[in-house]
Amino acid sequence: MTKKITLKINGTEHTMEVEPRMLLVHAIRENVSLTGTHIGCDTSSCGACTILIDGKSAKSCTVLAVQAQGKEIATVEGLATAEGLHPIQEGFHLNHALHCGFCTPGMMMRAIELLEKNPNPTEEEIRWGISGNLCRCTGYNNIVKAIEWTSAKMQGKDLPSTEPEFV
Amino acid sequence: MIKCKTSKEIGGMGHSKKRKEDARFIQGKGNYVDDVKLPGMLYMDIVRSPYAYAKIKNIDASAALAIPGVVAVVTGKDLEKYGLHWMPTLMSDTQMVLPTDTVMYQAQEVAAVIATSRYLARDGKEAVMVDYEPMTPVMDPFKALDEDAPVLRSDQEGKSDNHIWHWEVGDKEKTENVFNNADVVVKQQMHIPRIHVASIETCGCVASYNKVENHLTMYMTTQAPHAIRTVIALVAGHVGLTEEKIRVISPDIGGGFGGKVPVYPGYVIAIAVSFLTGAPIKWIEDRSENLQADSFARDYHITAEMAGTKDGKIQATRFKVLADHGYTDASANPSKFPTGLFSIGTGSYDYGASYMEADAVYTNKPPGGVAYRCSFRVTEAVHAIERMTDMFAKKVGKDPAQLRMENFIKKEDFPWASPTGWSYDSGDYHAGLQKAMDAIGYHDLRKEQIEMRKEGKKFLGIGISTFTEVVGAGPAKDFDILGIKMFDSAEIRVHPTGKAIARFGTKSQGQGHETTYAQIIAEELGIPMENIQIEEGDTDTAPYGLGTYASRSTPTAGAAAAMAARKLRDKAKKIAAHLLEVSEQDLEWEPGKFFVKGAPEKAKTIQEIVFAAYTNHPEGMEGGFEATHYYDPPNLTFPSGAYICVAEVDAETCDIKVRRFVAIDDCGNIINPMIVQGQVHGGLTQGIAPAMYEELIYDESGNILNGTFMDYLVPTAVESPNWETGHTVTPAPHHPIGAKGVGESPTVGAPPAIVNAIVDAVAHLGIKHLEIPVTPFKLFKELQKVGYFKKNA
Ligand code: FES
Ligand code: FES
Repeated sequence: MTKKITLKINGTEHTMEVEPRMLLVHAIRENVSLTGTHIGCDTSSCGACTILIDGKSAKSCTVLAVQAQGKEIATVEGLATAEGLHPIQEGFHLNHALHCGFCTPGMMMRAIELLEKNPNPTEEEIRWGISGNLCRCTGYNNIVKAIEWTSAKMQGKDLPSTEPEFV
Repeated sequence: MIKCKTSKEIGGMGHSKKRKEDARFIQGKGNYVDDVKLPGMLYMDIVRSPYAYAKIKNIDASAALAIPGVVAVVTGKDLEKYGLHWMPTLMSDTQMVLPTDTVMYQAQEVAAVIATSRYLARDGKEAVMVDYEPMTPVMDPFKALDEDAPVLRSDQEGKSDNHIWHWEVGDKEKTENVFNNADVVVKQQMHIPRIHVASIETCGCVASYNKVENHLTMYMTTQAPHAIRTVIALVAGHVGLTEEKIRVISPDIGGGFGGKVPVYPGYVIAIAVSFLTGAPIKWIEDRSENLQADSFARDYHITAEMAGTKDGKIQATRFKVLADHGYTDASANPSKFPTGLFSIGTGSYDYGASYMEADAVYTNKPPGGVAYRCSFRVTEAVHAIERMTDMFAKKVGKDPAQLRMENFIKKEDFPWASPTGWSYDSGDYHAGLQKAMDAIGYHDLRKEQIEMRKEGKKFLGIGISTFTEVVGAGPAKDFDILGIKMFDSAEIRVHPTGKAIARFGTKSQGQGHETTYAQIIAEELGIPMENIQIEEGDTDTAPYGLGTYASRSTPTAGAAAAMAARKLRDKAKKIAAHLLEVSEQDLEWEPGKFFVKGAPEKAKTIQEIVFAAYTNHPEGMEGGFEATHYYDPPNLTFPSGAYICVAEVDAETCDIKVRRFVAIDDCGNIINPMIVQGQVHGGLTQGIAPAMYEELIYDESGNILNGTFMDYLVPTAVESPNWETGHTVTPAPHHPIGAKGVGESPTVGAPPAIVNAIVDAVAHLGIKHLEIPVTPFKLFKELQKVGYFKKNA
């Protein structure tokens, strides 16, 4: 038994037949071929699959595709526009906040909502704010730095240095 | 500050160039193995054993096969017909691809289900009925050696026990003598527990066999694509799949850390099924499968001893190891090194006697023994020596920093011959520790520690680790994997317009090779790094190499890049002399151009020279501008570090917090400070992980108790403190660019610094040692044992 649904992803509608049990992450990756959203676990623990649903960050491995019918979905592929990269993408690149890049899309999607709700987060608020997203490569220092940089950028403040600092 | 020889535009060594590879990753355009989609592709899922040790009485696949969309169910008996049910491990042991009669660990592969979708493959997996006859597993490595223990590997002819090998190094008698006459001996039994690399991307592949061409394209998560191609040819050559018919593509990799070095049964089953059906087969493991069945790291039980004088001079060390390898020795070590490079465990200290021995045993646990961001068992060794150094300091009543300073090998004593046979290339251990102590304010912290003890709410601990790593395997005379020497390669092609592509036998999993290799070539040739494209991971195009692990890429392939570039610079000089009509001796090099000595206006840029190589080269010279180099390192490299951790322990709850952590690394010359720092940050978080959070736990019946991300505690941004890093620079004298490798140092060096800090915090309460991971509960129980809570009741 399948169900016909229409998913609106990054502003484009995609109609497809899916089994009711299909996870949203699979619909996005396999049916719509947007493979920037990743899968890193089977217990909703890692956050590699994080997207925005109606502006709120969500782990797309925890949502059924049929539940997303009629909602606005945003994935990493929709961040950059004709004008260029989204500030969070710039922030991650300039601050070396990614190594293998596998956690990066989910981490950025989560950071977007974090900054929306709290445009001036402290280091501690950032750390707790991304604690549902695992990164095995970077040790998080530069992810925190990237989010701080993006916060400044989005508010038109003076930008912190993106050079590495050493003791 | 790092001095750069090249301009920012050229971007050679020492520049913190932003990464070239980022563009695709931040836009969701990376290409990881699960992103590969081929026409007609089928999906594979794997039935796994619920028991740690059992006979398989029957496998009934009929219900699975009745599901529309399930195409096939493959068992060991099916593979047996083709002689594919066993395969060799990297340590020349053997491992089941699929069992024909016995399973040896929980989550072992039992059968594979092939279906037209991921979901149907999972349905099929649930429907396969396996009838098991459970047996009592051997879980305790010490009991594995008991006379009445069942012989697990009865498949090996004449095997009468569970012992795998014995290894030893050093001078046993000399060491015994020192111990017998020493003023002070400290001894500690410790376990370096089983952990898992848990890269955020799990393992997987798409095996695509083309029957018409008799050709296999294998997309897979591998850190060593060339070696894997050879292994596939060795396993499947007898069915006609010879090496020229195999192309291994390692696409973008979502973290490796050692876990993507071995050949897992899933890969081989996928190849076999594709070979038999002609359809591309995708297999992507779940996180739980990844944690439960893929290669573990560590699992060394160590009895460590240190002998010295009462005024604090280290005189000898003695380590005895029992290594739990699971049911097969599937370590990813160089062939001649069953314990990897464990013998680096004499540490950074100047003394002349050491003896180490190890025995390995089979148990009913998953196989492995891969590194976890570590150069072949160096982490275990460093933990032992750095814990012992602290215990020795406590015993003789000396400050641990002071004691280290007094025992370090001196800068001028390099190259230094270690009592276990290494020749340390270079180091300045005093400078590193001094820098770390200054940065953290060591002496003030010691005062604060006394104050806080008086106050009694929180206890402060300061822990040091001053380690020496050994990386960059390795010199061909000693280092091979399955007989293949561990050199690595680079091929540089410079196009007529002066832009280049370079290919390598290594494979980045996040280390940033596309940027750092380009910087090495930019340094040597003066071509802007932006104009140098780097490619790895396709065995059809890249030169042969042994891959990326053990921090070996910069020491081997990085050196190969420099050497290949130097061949090109020699050629460039000849062309420049021809163009400028002078002799080669009259020319001088400055990054990006040759000019006539004393007449700098007479110059040819590298771009002009390269163009001439295609349009106007001297008669008798080969045209083109390409070079390849296979680099065989004369020695390993010996990076070092001085780490200081400041930990706070809550006197009531035993909660442990890392307040500060300063890491001073010395990885020789630095190619890209930003990337080196990033590597250190990441490695430190993978250092706090085993020190405080991670351990794979099994019960007596062989069940894994924390085989998912719900309960295997990978640190989040909350557990991971803000790392403070810096460096000293002592170049590797024998390396073309003086670099040493860095990716693993922090994972190796951090755990003992953290544990030393926690032990230091509670030492005044009578705690001498704590086993990792040091959790608040473990600490609570240890404090209970020494009567701390009674006293405070
Ligand atoms: S895949 Fe790990 S949380 Fe969704
Ligand atoms: S960059 Fe590799 S997991 Fe975060």
